[in-house]
Amino acid sequence: MKAIIHIGLKPGVLDPQGRAISRSLNDLGFDEVVNARQGKVIEIDIKGKDTDLAYKRVTDMCEKLLANTVIESYLVEIKK
Amino acid sequence: MRTAVITFPASNCDRDAAVALHKVTGIKPVMVWHRDIELPNDIEFVVIPGGFSYGDYLRCGAMASRSPIVADLVKKAKKGLAIAGFCNGFQVLTEAGLLPGALMRNKGLKFVCRPEKLEIVNNTSRYTSKYNDQSEVVYPVAHHDGNYYADKETLNKIEGQGQVIFRYKDNPNGSVNDIAGICNERGNIFGMMPHPERAIDPLHGGTDGIKLFKSIIESI
Repeated sequence: MKAIIHIGLKPGVLDPQGRAISRSLNDLGFDEVVNARQGKVIEIDIKGKDTDLAYKRVTDMCEKLLANTVIESYLVEIKK
Repeated sequence: MRTAVITFPASNCDRDAAVALHKVTGIKPVMVWHRDIELPNDIEFVVIPGGFSYGDYLRCGAMASRSPIVADLVKKAKKGLAIAGFCNGFQVLTEAGLLPGALMRNKGLKFVCRPEKLEIVNNTSRYTSKYNDQSEVVYPVAHHDGNYYADKETLNKIEGQGQVIFRYKDNPNGSVNDIAGICNERGNIFGMMPHPERAIDPLHGGTDGIKLFKSIIESI
């Protein structure tokens, strides 16, 4: 199985990198861009076949290391 | 009194911290490696130094805060052990949950390296009691991720309880409320982005940092 974890800054937390990206896109002529948020994606290969258990374990990984829940939120996807 | 400095892979201010502690206590601190599982028993003050532990992978301080020695520090912090973290050390303390809030990328997105004027907000803390005759200090800053963030509730709490110890006079990184240094509720744990250990010798350009080390050492 593969776990795909999307981690991003929580809404309301200022993202200076996202702001720089959005400005750069505007400079390139992409006038429709009003805002950008930058995050990260972590992919983890996992042993076993129990997707519910994998989801629980990966959520635990997020809480213990992968995300800093003071500033970040995360989304876990498990793929067979 | 015996003190200790923790060294992680890519710490780079551990020796500066050791010189500062040696100068103030007269005894060389114990250098403790991050894989050690326990501090020596007689250690009464620990510095988590600046640097780029684990290459700042994942988040600054995230890996270091999960290392074996930090698990022991967390245990001893609850019993009242005095611990200070400067720069990367501050990031490690927030990541370990020993101090509230988090350090994010600088608002200006640039690495900032310069002498920084700071207001001493609380000079009755265990880390600032020797500054009774001054209201400002200059310590150097050198960081890319020093933008202090905490949610409103946490901010109200730390502001209300005198846990904000230093504020920037000319905010270099976008920190909320210009916060440069904070302590925990109990007052034994302290973290700041600027480097007092790099302001202890006239050749550093100033000696404002000495009193911070004297304050905490004398409080023990």
